[in-house]
Amino acid sequence: MERVELSKELGHEVLAIAKSKGASQGDVMMAESESFFVTVRMGEVEKISQAGEKRLGLRLFFGHSSASASTSDISKKSIEKLVEDTARMARVTAQDPHGGLPDAGELARELPQLDLIDEPARSVSVDEKIAIALQAEKSALAYDPRITNSEGAEFSNQFGRVIYASSHGFAGEYSGSTFGHSVSPVASQNGSMQRDYWYSSNRKFLRLESPASVGEKAAQRVLRRLGGRKHKTCEAPIVFDPEMAASLLRNLASAVSGYSLYKGASFLAGKLGAQIGSDLLTVIDDGTIPGALGSRPFDGEGLAVRKKSVVEKGLLQSYLLDTYSGKKLGMASTGNASRSVGEPPAVSPANFYLVPGKDSPEQIIATVKAGLYVTEMIGFGVNMVTGDYSRGAAGLWIENGELAYPVEEITIAGNLKEMFQNIEMVGSDLELRGRIASPTIKMSQMTIAGD
Amino acid sequence: MATTNLPAMFFNDNFVIRDGDLEKVLDAALGKKADYADLYFEYRRNEGVSLEEGLVKNCSQSTANGVGVRVLADTKTGYAYTDDITIKNLEIAAGTARHIAQNRSAETPAPIGRPRVQAHDLYPVKTPVNDIALETKIELLYEIDKFSRALDARVKNVFVSLGSEYKVIYVATSQGIRVGDIQPLTRLNVTCIVEEGGNRQIASFGGGGRVEYGFFVDNKDWQRYAREAVRQAILNLEAIDAPAGTMDVVLGAGWPGILLHEAIGHGLEGDFNRKRTSAFTDRIGQKVASELCTVVDDGTIPWRRGSINIDDEGTPTHRTVLIEKGILKGYLQDKLNAALMKLPLTGNGRRESYAHIPMPRMTNTFMLAGESAPEDIIHSVKKGLYAVSFGGGQVDITSGKFVFSASEAYLIEDGKVTRPVKGATLIGNGPDVLTRVSMVGSDLKMDEGVGTCGKDGQSVPVGVGLPTVKIDGLTVGGTKA
Repeated sequence: MERVELSKELGHEVLAIAKSKGASQGDVMMAESESFFVTVRMGEVEKISQAGEKRLGLRLFFGHSSASASTSDISKKSIEKLVEDTARMARVTAQDPHGGLPDAGELARELPQLDLIDEPARSVSVDEKIAIALQAEKSALAYDPRITNSEGAEFSNQFGRVIYASSHGFAGEYSGSTFGHSVSPVASQNGSMQRDYWYSSNRKFLRLESPASVGEKAAQRVLRRLGGRKHKTCEAPIVFDPEMAASLLRNLASAVSGYSLYKGASFLAGKLGAQIGSDLLTVIDDGTIPGALGSRPFDGEGLAVRKKSVVEKGLLQSYLLDTYSGKKLGMASTGNASRSVGEPPAVSPANFYLVPGKDSPEQIIATVKAGLYVTEMIGFGVNMVTGDYSRGAAGLWIENGELAYPVEEITIAGNLKEMFQNIEMVGSDLELRGRIASPTIKMSQMTIAGD
Repeated sequence: MATTNLPAMFFNDNFVIRDGDLEKVLDAALGKKADYADLYFEYRRNEGVSLEEGLVKNCSQSTANGVGVRVLADTKTGYAYTDDITIKNLEIAAGTARHIAQNRSAETPAPIGRPRVQAHDLYPVKTPVNDIALETKIELLYEIDKFSRALDARVKNVFVSLGSEYKVIYVATSQGIRVGDIQPLTRLNVTCIVEEGGNRQIASFGGGGRVEYGFFVDNKDWQRYAREAVRQAILNLEAIDAPAGTMDVVLGAGWPGILLHEAIGHGLEGDFNRKRTSAFTDRIGQKVASELCTVVDDGTIPWRRGSINIDDEGTPTHRTVLIEKGILKGYLQDKLNAALMKLPLTGNGRRESYAHIPMPRMTNTFMLAGESAPEDIIHSVKKGLYAVSFGGGQVDITSGKFVFSASEAYLIEDGKVTRPVKGATLIGNGPDVLTRVSMVGSDLKMDEGVGTCGKDGQSVPVGVGLPTVKIDGLTVGGTKA
């Protein structure tokens, strides 16, 4: 079957076929990507994978009822079948008065240049990528004789292109790249093993952290876990390192997502304008930061992406909404529609971060007489409806303001509603290492379960 | 057998790829230096229908097909895939995958094992759920919504989803193996939110497998899912804070088998043991559990979500004993790791799709029944926790620390189940936790067919099972210190 190239024109062609079948509105989301990864382990290349993928997704409305479908087979015949299938499904779903595309007047007009792709890096050779992974692992293994093994190091990159067209006449496209590398060393001491990792990711190849530095940090992180012990069950202050603090921000982003809110499935339902955290909690969502991982020129419905305070000094200022969840709540979209090809819109933050405070992580740790510095959490013990929180944790015990010894096989528990209120200090160490980022934070108290 | 011929015909007809072509591509992939090459063809159709707020607002469908080309050379794997299945693209992918073998270090090739047993026919589904009329499925969702809301006035919202997958795979290897499978999979889930005096709670229940639509409707099993979801949500309205600290824990039968998946199963996957990064490395033949414990991984149970006729490398699935009366017996293997460890294949080489490299993965992992009556197990506990339903779990393979989160649990006081407590995470150490199993019930139960396991970014459907067990001393991560 003859494959068709993805383009804005193809999007409008598909929508024209759909219109001829009676669809009143529709949109097309197309994505293509080329991806590569290499993993090395103990100085040898272990896996190399390389591939290209294309997908085309269609959503159709018949009045207020809708359905979505997608295919990886981008041929004329398959596209015709896709339109038929989507139309057939859309005719039997419910009439939902809130369904539909955003109003034409709201669509993004000028698409900002956000510097999302690193074109020159297309020429980086496979050997160069392998060398980065090898160096990162080598630097971790060389750091200390107790690091005797490795789960490997990885380098990966992806070049992607997103094209969106809607029956309002909107058509936009953008391309982006991401590069990342990581290493997971294993250290052992007295017959017990620990693994940890460190990573760097960026839209620009040359802005990646050096392999030597990633390897060293991974080594330091794994070494400090050796000899971990349980701790007695108690209540104590908790300091979250930036990676762990970012996971709390992910919980916040999910709690202020329009879909959780209108379903009554969020502990922050109905709290717009209320004090939901301590006055140190100021959270920004900004899709317009040039070169950032979460930036994009328009959202999954063709609306402009913007910068907004989600929480300002503890006051909940904005939800994260797309058109549908906004209508359900009687509000306008905040430009946070995200799309998987062939799915209706969902909501996701763009670049979502906690505004940093004044204190260094060391200064924060120094204020704790006896408490926990959390560097790893596992498990899914977060109930978004009630805010109840209980997760497996590992980290370092703090004694008299200093990191004293590693602890593991413990849990930390509380309720997110109180946890956000209990933020006592916010660090100065914000780094946008991912789409969701936070500096170090200190919470006045949580329950630690152990012996 | 039907399962071996139909997939070959399917790919021949749809993509004009014939056996002669496959040999050519496999030869190109193998080159002069590689040990082994294989092709994995996949066609997949997914459909999702969901209801919320009393309306079936969304239906979605996706179709994907592609092929992955893999080349093995000692410890190295070269992989390339394409979603445009043509001989030309296959040859390009073969060239890319072969690259890995250029700088091989080992002198003697590792002999890649060949499958030993015949393929099964574990899920002869006549009509996959994808092919049931959409109107019929939509009607069922409305019926479930009405039924759930009528169960209790405190039910404020109901979410129902019915997902179905129809997957055809075909594996061709440089050893001449040509084998395929048709793998239908479906799942029905009911979630409700209940509210009373500002206290809002959520609970979910569901089931499924490689089954026909009748699985849900013939005996009205969907009513049981709805009742369970409502019951658990209402129960959580009166739940008190969970205790914090180490105490005796009784796990109910069925889904709490997730304990085995996290604490034992992942640590026994061949890749981690070959690399010596698992907390179970070199422990075959050692005592890792109380002698009451026999744990198996069995991909051959008919109709189950975790079962497969062949794994994604073409090896028929097995029943593998992992722990026998407390002694560690075996690992779960894919072709690469079995060859490097010089151990037999177990039919556990699985992958999420053609875009993914196979790895050792679990199928249905469970503990065999013991002799204790479940009620005697409860009676034996003076003060502890009875956990009967769980959400997800996770494990750190290297340190062995694992967690799993209870969604329905009760206090046990003086041998009696008393008050419901809020969900809490349980944490333990994999190589140690089963040594504390002091009673095993006679009531082995498999889960309802809803499990999905994630490893290295790849999701595959799995199952678990457990009889009621008592663990002497496990850390419960509640808020009540």
